[in-house]
Amino acid sequence: MLQVSIYRYNPETDSEPYMQEVQVDTGGKDLMVLDVMEMIKAQDATFSYRRSCREGVCGSDGVNMNGVNGLACITPLSERVSDNKLVLRPLPGLPVIRDLVVDMSLFYAQYEKIEPYLQNDTPAPAIERLQSPEDRARLDGLYECILCACCSTSCPSFWWNPDRFIGPAGLLQAYRFLADSRDTATDARLSKLDDPFSVFRCHGIQNCVNVCPKGLNPTRAIGHIRNMLLARAT
Amino acid sequence: MVTAVTSFGRSGLSDWLVQRVSGVILLAWFLCVGASLLGGVDYASWKAMFEHTAMKIFTLLAILSLAAHAWIGMWSVGTDYLTQRLMGPVGNVLRLAFQIACSLVVFVYVIWGIQILWG
Ligand code: SF4
Ligand code: SF4
Ligand code: FES
Repeated sequence: MLQVSIYRYNPETDSEPYMQEVQVDTGGKDLMVLDVMEMIKAQDATFSYRRSCREGVCGSDGVNMNGVNGLACITPLSERVSDNKLVLRPLPGLPVIRDLVVDMSLFYAQYEKIEPYLQNDTPAPAIERLQSPEDRARLDGLYECILCACCSTSCPSFWWNPDRFIGPAGLLQAYRFLADSRDTATDARLSKLDDPFSVFRCHGIQNCVNVCPKGLNPTRAIGHIRNMLLARAT
Repeated sequence: MVTAVTSFGRSGLSDWLVQRVSGVILLAWFLCVGASLLGGVDYASWKAMFEHTAMKIFTLLAILSLAAHAWIGMWSVGTDYLTQRLMGPVGNVLRLAFQIACSLVVFVYVIWGIQILWG
């Protein structure tokens, strides 16, 4: 029997959040955390969380499992559970809507700020804008982000200033467009980042790198942005 | 672009650079003074060391670096924890009071340091 503690909060009926203890029979199998959540939901349909693809592609089931953020659908119990106890909480730092469902508005607002689309003021070619294989390779490790928010919600700088610090996820995407050979707005993009909060609230704690389920490295991307700002202004 | 009028250089990059450079200057100063302390000092040799104009200028540089370093660091701490987000409207009052207190302390240390060096 696996001992599971789940964070429960229904703003319509609960005055404050509480932890609910549940026993789950895993049949000795090394299930994914999402499987365990589905088993709990089968018994108590009011238990709420987000999920969709159940294979690490959509990024909707980011949760905090035994203190570490990750995607429940691709996290096997053996990776997080040591003494037969699993604690499930919502991603930290964002307002809770219900149980494990958080309000991601602040996270998306930061993503919107970095203008996550290609900007090019030269006339559009007849078919498409071409890239050399080398230029294309520079986007590797950047474009794969699924915006699950595991990184930004594990970053203390984002907890304290989610309205002013863009956060690791947004900054990884900011660099994805700064590094794109087809984008001509590099200078304008950099100008919008040179304040004491947007980029420079990052203190290199690297929590983001440790939790990214896609194995991406926002800290390195942030370092590249800083070097671009430095090269431009000195 | 997020506006911030109380930060040291108003630009994140300039604050970041000043923080790094001042850190290196402070490290160099402490290593320099630490090395001479290791060799053993008495009042006379300590006084003679600080009589050198070069040492006075180096120490002034270290004091100014400390002032900038402390201001940038304390400003970051204040804007992380003393905020409306964490404490409600009182956070804004506390933060401004904290910033004024920090700048006063830094100012006093700079003047006091100059007085010790050239007084
Ligand atoms: S390295 Fe920067 S962005 Fe990543 S967790 Fe640390 S402070 Fe946040
Ligand atoms: S960088 Fe990784 S952890 Fe962060 S949002 Fe993208 S996929 Fe998720
Ligand atoms: S359910 Fe889609 S990433 Fe986990």
